[in-house]
Amino acid sequence: MEHSHDHHTPEPYKYAVHHSEEEGKKTRRVIWNMFWVLLGITTVEVTLGLIWKNIGISWGVVKMTFIILTIAKAYYIVAYYMHLKHEVKALKNTIIVPFVLFALYLLYHIITEGVYSGMMEKWLY
Amino acid sequence: MSNSTVMDSKTAWGGNNVSPYGASYGKLMMWFFLISDALTFTGFLSAYGFYRHYYSSIWPSAENVFTHFPFMHGNHPLLYVALMTFILIMSSVTMVLAVEAGHRMDKKGVTLWLGLTLIGGAIFLGSQAWEWYHFIHGTELGAIELGKGYFTLPDGTVESTKGIIARWTDESKQALLLPWKDGADYITITGAQLNEFITNGKEIHGANLTHNEYGHPLFGDFFFFITGFHGTHVFSGVVINFIVFVNVIMGTYQKRGHYEMVEKVGLYWHFVDLVWVFVFTFFYLI
Repeated sequence: MEHSHDHHTPEPYKYAVHHSEEEGKKTRRVIWNMFWVLLGITTVEVTLGLIWKNIGISWGVVKMTFIILTIAKAYYIVAYYMHLKHEVKALKNTIIVPFVLFALYLLYHIITEGVYSGMMEKWLY
Repeated sequence: MSNSTVMDSKTAWGGNNVSPYGASYGKLMMWFFLISDALTFTGFLSAYGFYRHYYSSIWPSAENVFTHFPFMHGNHPLLYVALMTFILIMSSVTMVLAVEAGHRMDKKGVTLWLGLTLIGGAIFLGSQAWEWYHFIHGTELGAIELGKGYFTLPDGTVESTKGIIARWTDESKQALLLPWKDGADYITITGAQLNEFITNGKEIHGANLTHNEYGHPLFGDFFFFITGFHGTHVFSGVVINFIVFVNVIMGTYQKRGHYEMVEKVGLYWHFVDLVWVFVFTFFYLI
């Protein structure tokens, strides 16, 4: 189906994008850079997990570091490997907003109901 | 991103070939499926976090449970699971390279990278089976699961002993460590009290859904459920990748004029890697 590209017809959407050899080279460079980032973060996490007791950092700090590094890793995977960074805004929002809302909702319940967990022991058993 | 194949009217979904999302139907539906799947895992991990916090005093530390490494003796906490993480990240890289090769219509490239992704997935699955085997099998030393009764701590608190796991201090089995602390050290039980605990309790090795040598049984339950659910995803990912791999070799996508199918299964595969990143942190590190 051919389209005439006048001002009133929006662009047909890009389906199965093709790219040239040079663009491929650029893409591959990004892929390998991201690989080193992910490997680096994982190495830091494992090292920290093994040595934190010996270097005198508190468990709270270590835990928060783990969580921040994990979210950073998740960002790189979703943004670059799953290509979400280069999708249109509508798609980004449709994916991220519902997930974040529901995830926060779950965490909210775990944390607020967790306050009562001490009473669970006393009153239920 | 120079040229693009315009979608034909059969696969387009109305709206005069214009999508507000700039994505095909299949890709968009894969994304929606991944959101719902991600929320399932969020639910699992939040529940895990709740119980881990709730039983924090008697919760086993993963670094004391998963200490084995193939063909190596001794204690290697975190090492094997770190290797598994590396393998999965690596297979994510080969997958995205397969997608990239697809954009250049490079059939050989797609075959190579997708093939390596398959191998990575298979190695990961094998590692998980190995990890499960060791967790289910447990240690030769085992532990004592205490029976019904009460134990008074030095500070006067009375704790129920039912189901509590007491570990041996060493191979001589002369003293048991309770999960409660007296100051900085765990309470040690010896002599007559030890014999009483052994008679009332039960010797256990390894873990299943109701008993766990390493600590609270819920640790085992969450381990089996979360890594099992993730492993099921890896397994179906390997199967789907294999089907696409066969199609790549047969030239199905070359004839079609694009390799979008590789992109779609790629999304799923990266998601599996993404979930593992979270499982690794919340189950093994924290």
